Amino acid sequence: MANKPKIAFFDFAGCEGDQLQVANLEEKLIELLQHVDVVNFREVMTERSDDYDIAFVEGSITTPADVERVRAIREKAKLVVALGACATIGGINCMKNFMDESVYRSHVYGDMARAYPTIDARPVKAVVKVDAEIHGCPIDKNEFLRVTKELLLGKTPWLPDYPVCMECKAAGNICRYELGRPCLGMITRAGCGAVCVTEGAHCWGCRGMAPNANLDAAKYVMIDRAGFSRRQVQDLMRLYNGYTSAPL
Amino acid sequence: MSAKAKAKKTKAAGPKKVNVHHLTRVEGHGNIIAELDAKGKVEACRWEVPEAPRFFEAMLLGKHFSDVHQITSRICGICSIGHQLTSLQTTEDAMGVRPSSQTLALRKLALHAENMQSHFLHVAYLVLPDLMGVGSVIPLASTHKQELLNLIALHRLANEFSAVICGRTTHPQRMVPGGFVKLPTREDLAVLRKKLADAIPRLTKAVELLANVPHPIPDFKRPTEYVGLVAPGEYAMLHGHIGTNLDQPRPASHYKDVTNEYMVRQSTAKWSRNKMSSLMVGALARFNLNHKHLTPVAKESAKALGLKAPCDNPYMVSIAQVVECVHSVEDSMAVIDGLLDKGIKPERPVEITPRAGKGVGAVEVPRGLLIHAYEYDAQGRIVDADCVIPTNQNHGNIQQDFEALLPTLREMTEDEIELRLSMLVRAYDPCISCSTHYIDMRSGEKPRMVRFVRKG
Repeated sequence: MANKPKIAFFDFAGCEGDQLQVANLEEKLIELLQHVDVVNFREVMTERSDDYDIAFVEGSITTPADVERVRAIREKAKLVVALGACATIGGINCMKNFMDESVYRSHVYGDMARAYPTIDARPVKAVVKVDAEIHGCPIDKNEFLRVTKELLLGKTPWLPDYPVCMECKAAGNICRYELGRPCLGMITRAGCGAVCVTEGAHCWGCRGMAPNANLDAAKYVMIDRAGFSRRQVQDLMRLYNGYTSAPL
Repeated sequence: MSAKAKAKKTKAAGPKKVNVHHLTRVEGHGNIIAELDAKGKVEACRWEVPEAPRFFEAMLLGKHFSDVHQITSRICGICSIGHQLTSLQTTEDAMGVRPSSQTLALRKLALHAENMQSHFLHVAYLVLPDLMGVGSVIPLASTHKQELLNLIALHRLANEFSAVICGRTTHPQRMVPGGFVKLPTREDLAVLRKKLADAIPRLTKAVELLANVPHPIPDFKRPTEYVGLVAPGEYAMLHGHIGTNLDQPRPASHYKDVTNEYMVRQSTAKWSRNKMSSLMVGALARFNLNHKHLTPVAKESAKALGLKAPCDNPYMVSIAQVVECVHSVEDSMAVIDGLLDKGIKPERPVEITPRAGKGVGAVEVPRGLLIHAYEYDAQGRIVDADCVIPTNQNHGNIQQDFEALLPTLREMTEDEIELRLSMLVRAYDPCISCSTHYIDMRSGEKPRMVRFVRKG
């Protein structure tokens, strides 16, 4: 009888909300377990193992110790999958990168400002090669299931390369700009079904920018036409898309 | 192993060492260190939390009030509804905004949904394995399939519940300062109400399972100060004064007088204490303070599970959580009935004109009392923020429990000691990533209680 592929979950600087979505598969999780062996999932099981095929990594890399640990995982795994915005694009953690290090260190550490080792928050792919990405804050549990199935079948998981706007139109939502509200849907990678707009909010860009996102058009729409200030646009862009050298 | 050999092993002499690196089946990273010498005297006894600051208080500086709750939501994946509700309460307090009674009713429902989701996850996936004598929930999928599916169905219901009220369980989208940007329909609520009513027999089965586990809840008692919200006539979760079993209740704005956060030498987080040298928040604290206001079936479940107030056994936190789940289901049905009676008004969130000010919000989230305090400038941007996390308040209590518990375990084997200490921490349902969001490394002069170590 063929051995089931071994999968493992690891977490770095994050809220563990993406691993929670895996648990939220509910009964489907039991079904998934017929096809894989979970050998490492610290949150859920006592047993640990260093022998795994697919490593799902949640959270950003924010300390030198993290860098070493993720490199060790890359060495042991056949496939590394970045799980959630903190791991795929750096996510919320990157907001601190815009602050002067001396400011956030002294605000949090006081006199011992220099004592704790920390580096700019960064996505996993900034440190090691990543084979697949599951975007979102949090991830969509059905996307997790689809990507895992595709990986188990030896396929490269499919990722939409168009912006959220298309899914928003398909969902029948009123464009946020028609309501005088901001939205990053026009430059954000689709795959979520525009769920946040459907729920009454706007797109915060948690899936990262779509390939060839038209940033010039976005700037025109947001600042020139809709009248948002530079600071407002900056606040919105920096929430998730902070891992960049672009002058946000 | 033969019974004789087993008895010999149990009375094993010689020094015993327990070193659990990154405890499993808890959220976040923690270490347990316990050492007994050959005569059974305690040489070391520590609950350690490896540092992993994420700088939330610093990241909030300069952020606009409309974004703050979405940012604080990301402190934790499991209690994100709780962080959002507390954050919104704080911002509204600072801006002088009063949400409508419909908004408050919906927020109450959101909190019930989160309490159920978090507690079922904790009890079924993190605690039950120890009570069944296995390493994880995975083997239970074969040995106790129906019971596990029953618990999963309850967990799934909690997630569906959150989705109907606030969009989704983790980092919901519908709540904003002043109200909701999208409301459930009458039909949504009617369907939900039926699902909740159908859950009562499932809850009864869950209670039965827990009342008859092969490895029952360990017996241990330590007089403790219990802190939680109190309000007249209800099991306070969304609003209340900060109450304790050893002191008078205080308004949330006076939280510092109760949490008394103080610096611990060579530690990187603050501890809490009030009348005793540590305190406990969470389901057991709430049960002890407010058990009289539990709904009827919840009270029966408490009896069936052997939970009686006052209860000084920290291992019983998990049992209190199950009782709270029953209460949440019953109370939610009552709240929904109220909303269906009045009808859902198509209200928009209250318009807010930003102003400079300070606000404090206090909400009972699954793991205990959560407090946010913000100061805003005239443009509605944060100039200072403080978050008092429930698990932070419990770290000191875990350490004190360890110190009282370890000597009583000295006749056991290393494995048994490790299991008992691990189960104690798991019972608290700690959310360690939440508690290390804020690190204070300023040196202090108070005696060390728990040591924080470099993560590695």
